[in-house]
Amino acid sequence: MRVVVCIKQVFDPAELKVDPSTRLLVTDGVSRKISDFDKNAIEEAVKLKEKQKAETFVITMGPADAMRALREALAMGIDNAYLLSDPAFENSDTLATARVLAAAIRKIGNVDLVLLAEASMDGYSGMVGPRLAALLNLPQLTYVRNIVSVGDGKIVVERDLEEGYEVVEAKLPAVVTVTKEINEPRFATLPKIMAASKKKVDTWGAAELGLKSEEVGLAGSAIQVMKAEAPVMGRKNVIFQGELPQQVEELVKVLVKEGLLKV
Amino acid sequence: MTVLVFSENLEVAAELLGKGQELARELGTKLAAALVGSGVKGKEGELFAYGAEVVYVVDHPSLSPFLPETYTEALVRVVEEAKPEVVLMGATKRGRETAPRVATRLNVGCAAGATSLRIDREKKLLIAERPAISAMVVATEFSKTKPQIATVPPRTFEKPPRDDSRKGEVVEVKVEVPAVEKKVLELKKKEVKGIKIEDAELITSCGRGFRKKEDLKLLEELAGLMGATLGCSRPIAADLKWLPEDHWVGLSGHKVKPRMYMAVGISGQVQHLAGMRDSKIIVAINKDPEAPIFKVADYGIVGDLYQVIPALINYLKSRKG
Repeated sequence: MRVVVCIKQVFDPAELKVDPSTRLLVTDGVSRKISDFDKNAIEEAVKLKEKQKAETFVITMGPADAMRALREALAMGIDNAYLLSDPAFENSDTLATARVLAAAIRKIGNVDLVLLAEASMDGYSGMVGPRLAALLNLPQLTYVRNIVSVGDGKIVVERDLEEGYEVVEAKLPAVVTVTKEINEPRFATLPKIMAASKKKVDTWGAAELGLKSEEVGLAGSAIQVMKAEAPVMGRKNVIFQGELPQQVEELVKVLVKEGLLKV
Repeated sequence: MTVLVFSENLEVAAELLGKGQELARELGTKLAAALVGSGVKGKEGELFAYGAEVVYVVDHPSLSPFLPETYTEALVRVVEEAKPEVVLMGATKRGRETAPRVATRLNVGCAAGATSLRIDREKKLLIAERPAISAMVVATEFSKTKPQIATVPPRTFEKPPRDDSRKGEVVEVKVEVPAVEKKVLELKKKEVKGIKIEDAELITSCGRGFRKKEDLKLLEELAGLMGATLGCSRPIAADLKWLPEDHWVGLSGHKVKPRMYMAVGISGQVQHLAGMRDSKIIVAINKDPEAPIFKVADYGIVGDLYQVIPALINYLKSRKG
């Protein structure tokens, strides 16, 4: 069985700040990390490798720095990694991104299972998984919080929906997106990090993936972002100072004034 | 030409019809809705009552249970018939997984989780706003492709007044539902205690700052004194299961906009913020002054909740005598 995990490197939300004068995001010097839930997808693939000898792959589309994300996935136990990087891929929306990932999955070939997080931490659109499934013409199983079984060309999962948990069986190959609850991702150990740093990781660009420049990046994107600014609706950001009894009294006072409390 | 709305959840479809009517007026097009499923024929009235002028009905036994693959086929067929300028889909979980599949089949864009929608009159374009980059910013975007698709989270827009006297045109759309090699084996119902957190005017919400389940009693007592409903962040409902999921506020939980949202021991992860950032007044109580929740708060107390909450309870009790 061949399993491909698609991951994304995102700006560490803890380090992100907005420039109050421009209301624009300050990304200079902000470090990037693997989007949290992607680690759950990696963990699930590594479990399949351990339990069922799956051959595992990890791919990410991103700048050269995204190599670090791949090395981390390798250190967690993934067998092979490919960096999908090309200046032509820059500013891809979810459609263009899915095209790049789909091309890479086809190139890897004979893939039985594609794993992704239900959404990335930054965009949180949850669109890349279903878009990828559509491009590959595969069934999709989203919001999966438990992979019950994989084998005999079939997968059974438990999906977390609003009204309940849906147990579904699908024929492989399939695209599966996982939730944070599915597992507790392992930490990479030092020897594994060392080993992962020595592993050969190929970079595939548009040419290697057989993609035309008009299919990817800004040119291949359907969505055009006009601006991205911090919302104008400012919050009061009043932090009550002083000793606790005084803070509590002031809080209650404003809540009464706002008409939210009666005392 | 139409503005087409679809949600498998008729409440959400009604909300979308409200907004859709405004967009259709701007574009000078009709307002249409898609009704998709098995045995749905006859339910068009629900959609006419909220403003749909045309209802495209796709009724097929294979459209139950809901599968994103079969619903995609049905919706692609409706789009072929209705030739919409704009398609609005409810960002329920099923909507969020189906819209991108439909958009990909049509080779078009999709604005995910739009919180504001308007028409640029000159360009006749749908302009969508949505939280982006860890919800730190609001991205304003449009689609270069048509139809312009957007998904809209439940309760983003007001449901318009219901008018059962409204009638409209019914268009039946035939679809060949492809065989999907997928079987729904079981649906395990979630435990529902019957609270509807979206309806709460005041919410006091708990997060990881609480050390054990019993400690939630503290917040329950405060909620009781304030007349507030108990909410919680993802870990409390999904990981620890200290509260049923009806209390879960967040992007994957419930989206709320109460008059007051008090976040206690909640750091303010992006997914949580996305579920409560439209609250009128936000109060944060957290011991970490750097916690992101303070950035979106109107009022805050930096302190240990195990001291702050009892102090609040005692103060309120003393005032109420």
